[in-house]
Amino acid sequence: MHNPALATRRLILQGAASVALLGLGNLPFAAPARAAANDKYPEEAFKQKSEAEAIKALYGKNAEPSDKVKLDAPEIAENGGVVPISVTTTLDKVTSISFFVAENPNALAASYRIPDGTVASVANRLKMAKTTNVTAIVEANGKLYSATKEVKVTVGGCGG
Amino acid sequence: MASSIRVRATANGDITEVQALIQHPMDTGFVKDAKGELIPAHFIQELKFEYNGKDVFVADWGTAVSKDPYVKFSFKGAKKGDDLKVSWTDNKGASDTTTAKIS
Repeated sequence: MHNPALATRRLILQGAASVALLGLGNLPFAAPARAAANDKYPEEAFKQKSEAEAIKALYGKNAEPSDKVKLDAPEIAENGGVVPISVTTTLDKVTSISFFVAENPNALAASYRIPDGTVASVANRLKMAKTTNVTAIVEANGKLYSATKEVKVTVGGCGG
Repeated sequence: MASSIRVRATANGDITEVQALIQHPMDTGFVKDAKGELIPAHFIQELKFEYNGKDVFVADWGTAVSKDPYVKFSFKGAKKGDDLKVSWTDNKGASDTTTAKIS
């Protein structure tokens, strides 16, 4: 190097660049593991109380409401112990579908892994503690899309 | 003992519709018994459907899935007469497996 001052400056710049790269590289690892995308039972997500925390633990990102997610649930459920809820979607490349009941003791109710070749549509029956919102989240092409519907519950499904 | 899993898989063209009903208490851990003692949580955590050695549908369940759970889904590529393997495991380590013929 002919100019020591310049060389030092370059070194500093390189240093700064690698720090920035490291910072960016670390981000995905710092975010909670996306359990729905791998093969493990998402234990942590099921333990979370609120819907926001459960979504964060399961997917590590937020969902945007979409009219391509069709959530079918009754207006009024007479028995909160058995509420038939289903979801279908016209979205492509769906990898998982999850159901959340906002005011249950634990918001995440069920999460389904949808491999390639399986139709992006699920019907199941869930318990609801009281009148609250049910949200379905569809993971498609790495993004999250949601639909929410309020279900009125006459008799809660958590007993006690 | 009869299997805890009842499954019906019907092929219609390229699409096979699967409905499964499983006998399981799905106790939440929030309910008390007649003596006023909490019934510990007891629920299916994972339910798997395999076709041709490959998972076609995997359910991860919490306690909010109803007692004697029911689930319905569809997948592509199977034919009438093929086997569909269904298995579950619960939070106490119990499990059950059955194989259904696609009709």
